[in-house]
Amino acid sequence: MSTDAATATLDRPNYLHDGYGWKSWLLTRDHKRIAILYLVSITVMFGLGGIFAMLIRLHLLTPDGELVQAATYNRLFTMHGVIMVFFFLVPSIPATLGNFFVPIMIGAKDLAFPRINLLSWYIYVLGGVLTLWALIHGGVDTGWTFYTPFSTTYSNGYVVSTALGVFVAGFSSILTGLNFIVTVHRMRAPGMTWFRLPLFVWSQYATSLIMVLGTPVIAVTLLMVAAERVLHLGLFDPRLGGDPILFQHLFWFYSHPAVYIMVLPGMGVISELIAAFARKRVFGYRFVAFSSIAIAVLGFLVWGHHLFITGQSVYAATVFSVLSMLVAVPSAIKVFNWTATLYEGSLSTQTPMLYALGFIGLFTIGGLTGVMIATLGIDVHLHDTYFIIAHFHYVMVGGTIMAYMGGLHYWWPKMTGRLYPGSLSKLSALLIFVGFNLTFFPQFILGYLGMPRRYWSYPPEFQVWNVLSTAGASILGIGYLLPACYFLWSMTRGPAADANPWGAKGLEWQTTSPPPTYNFDTPPVVTEGAYAYAAEEHVVGQREVQGA
Amino acid sequence: MAEHAPDRKPYFWVFALLIVFTALTIWVAGLDLGPFNDAAAMIIAVTKGTLVVLFFMHVRYSSKLTKITVVAGFFWLLLMITMTLSDYLTRGWLDTFSAPR
Amino acid sequence: MPSHAAHVALQHHFDDLDQQKEASTFGMWVFLVTEILFFGGLFTTYVIYRQRFHGVFVEASRHLDVKWGGINTAVLITSSLTMALAIWSAQVNRRKLIVVFLLLTMVLGSVFLGIKVVEYGDKFTHHLVPGVNFQYAGEHPEQAEMFFSLYFCMTGLHALHMVIGVTLLGVLIYPSWKGRYSAAWHNPLECSGLYWHFVDIVWIFLFPLLYLIGRHVS
Repeated sequence: MSTDAATATLDRPNYLHDGYGWKSWLLTRDHKRIAILYLVSITVMFGLGGIFAMLIRLHLLTPDGELVQAATYNRLFTMHGVIMVFFFLVPSIPATLGNFFVPIMIGAKDLAFPRINLLSWYIYVLGGVLTLWALIHGGVDTGWTFYTPFSTTYSNGYVVSTALGVFVAGFSSILTGLNFIVTVHRMRAPGMTWFRLPLFVWSQYATSLIMVLGTPVIAVTLLMVAAERVLHLGLFDPRLGGDPILFQHLFWFYSHPAVYIMVLPGMGVISELIAAFARKRVFGYRFVAFSSIAIAVLGFLVWGHHLFITGQSVYAATVFSVLSMLVAVPSAIKVFNWTATLYEGSLSTQTPMLYALGFIGLFTIGGLTGVMIATLGIDVHLHDTYFIIAHFHYVMVGGTIMAYMGGLHYWWPKMTGRLYPGSLSKLSALLIFVGFNLTFFPQFILGYLGMPRRYWSYPPEFQVWNVLSTAGASILGIGYLLPACYFLWSMTRGPAADANPWGAKGLEWQTTSPPPTYNFDTPPVVTEGAYAYAAEEHVVGQREVQGA
Repeated sequence: MAEHAPDRKPYFWVFALLIVFTALTIWVAGLDLGPFNDAAAMIIAVTKGTLVVLFFMHVRYSSKLTKITVVAGFFWLLLMITMTLSDYLTRGWLDTFSAPR
Repeated sequence: MPSHAAHVALQHHFDDLDQQKEASTFGMWVFLVTEILFFGGLFTTYVIYRQRFHGVFVEASRHLDVKWGGINTAVLITSSLTMALAIWSAQVNRRKLIVVFLLLTMVLGSVFLGIKVVEYGDKFTHHLVPGVNFQYAGEHPEQAEMFFSLYFCMTGLHALHMVIGVTLLGVLIYPSWKGRYSAAWHNPLECSGLYWHFVDIVWIFLFPLLYLIGRHVS
């Protein structure tokens, strides 16, 4: 291990040394610093959303709901959903790993609009503050889906301020997406053609398309809800002939593609991890690249599957059901291609790879159950049960969050110039995997048995599954706390990382750890495609510190 | 940015056409054409919008990427309207499932 | 056309001014796509309720004054012309003319807003403001109230965009006067122009959909 040389890199000028003090961070235009600002903010939000999850699971230990009252329970699951969806999952990978690595991966000095990037973070914080303000005053009880007429007429929670918080956060998302689209089109280094781009960039690009096309619709829809509550302009009011289902159409026109905003970046991370830790180029590169675009486009055509039992036309529902099956195809293409990449690859089981393998398994389960509930006849029975909850947690937590953790562990040395403890990180990954499955697999069973979601109490015969789920949640919580601890430790005490601790291919590994402010000492000229691993390669580069 | 010689004349022509089309749409709206009133109004509006996009917004001289972006935006709006409408227009088809009005 | 080696407006993460121009214009267009979808939610709502309550919508539309709507349409179209001419002025390096046309555009935009104030006031007087004092003499007043809810939401959101637009142009007056914009670099004008024309296009659709649907009824 070349610790002396590695430590020396920590002292060299890099983006972390380019100014100290709060002004250099809060007024930065450097996409890497903005990524760190986002990392801190979304981690805080994740913690908050996690606390709500813990309270929910604790409350559900007993059938008669002894921890909180019904009205409070409604606010708990609403705030959990609002925070986790809008303030954690949607920005998570794009605003942290995307912000940090998209410019570097394409060989650019920064994103196209650095000041707009900083503005997007401030807007995100403003949205967060508004929502937290509403939360402190008692929060909202409508569910994260704000269905009318409850949200517009009958709820006496802080609907408008929460909706405003989400509205504002939406603009943060739009600006991020806009920035990425222009950057990928216009700022690629010489020789970086579209089909030489890392698949992470393709997935970020596809995600950005969704952000730009979908988010404005939920923005205006929430504005309409606020207008109805504040100005009494009854657009969804049944007394005026308004249709509450129209709200659902408009809401889900964004919120379904939003789940692809949440999972596509994760898929991009997985492509990077699989390639790096199988030391092989991703099998079927073009298929994986185009499947990202296909998911983005097809994802806009399926929203009606959230409205199957609402009174939506049966004919429209049938079309949405068929289209929903179709959208599973590009996701499956990715899973097959990742698996083919692993085949005859030179595999190593370092922590990022553990997360990647976990993702493939859990996302497959989540995705397959998605196909089940896309089936009109089945969904009639499973809608609004714990089956749905289990499904989306498998894809969002078993999928996206595993990918996010994998990405963090993979790129942590690059972002911070530090390594983290290897054994402890592997243990955490294992705890997360076990804890996750113990939390959410029982929920498939609960849903199938008929336990409704968003209920503060349940029939006693469901208790054993609820207890298992809560036990799993405790393990999962510990699993998430450990990385928080060792990453913090790593920031100041971790051993120095060299430029390429994993021996991976990619422009980000050709610059120092951490990178200089303008990313490259000399602007790169690209001459080869992504993942240009030779047929037989030994694992070169540093390993993580063994033991903690 | 377009690199054409800066000529003012197209702007005045487009302006004149837009005013004419505005007068036309007001006049046509006064005739009772049944369902074609809506179609006529939309055709005129789309024509006016296209003129603004192509000439005032310089899309006629812009890159293919810009053109695709503009088309994609309007296409997505059309997607949202038509697919949502498909629910409302087909609700009454199967009497057993339709709600009483 | 070669761009200047180190134009004062060139930002250092771009390779050259051409790349900056292309990125900034394309970025503005991506933003306008979000605006299409933003207004689009309201247009979708309009289409659905118009389909449901066709008769009453037609009737309620007759309470809007086509004269004011028509004048406003002409005002906005003219303001688009002056905006385009402001950019032309930059392309021919006539900085004072840029300011003239920007001011004209702002004046026309303000006229539009003034007329909207008159119209809104008129609605108040005639008790046609939902949630405030809505009274409608006709069948299905609730459906008429839906029409006016949409009217206020859509024209209100449009008016808000007009206010932002006028402010945006105001911000450009000083740098234009100072000669910051020329044939080599006038992207802030170009991008503001795109925004302005877009808001005009929204009105081009709002006018027939809100004002003209009842005109054929005698």
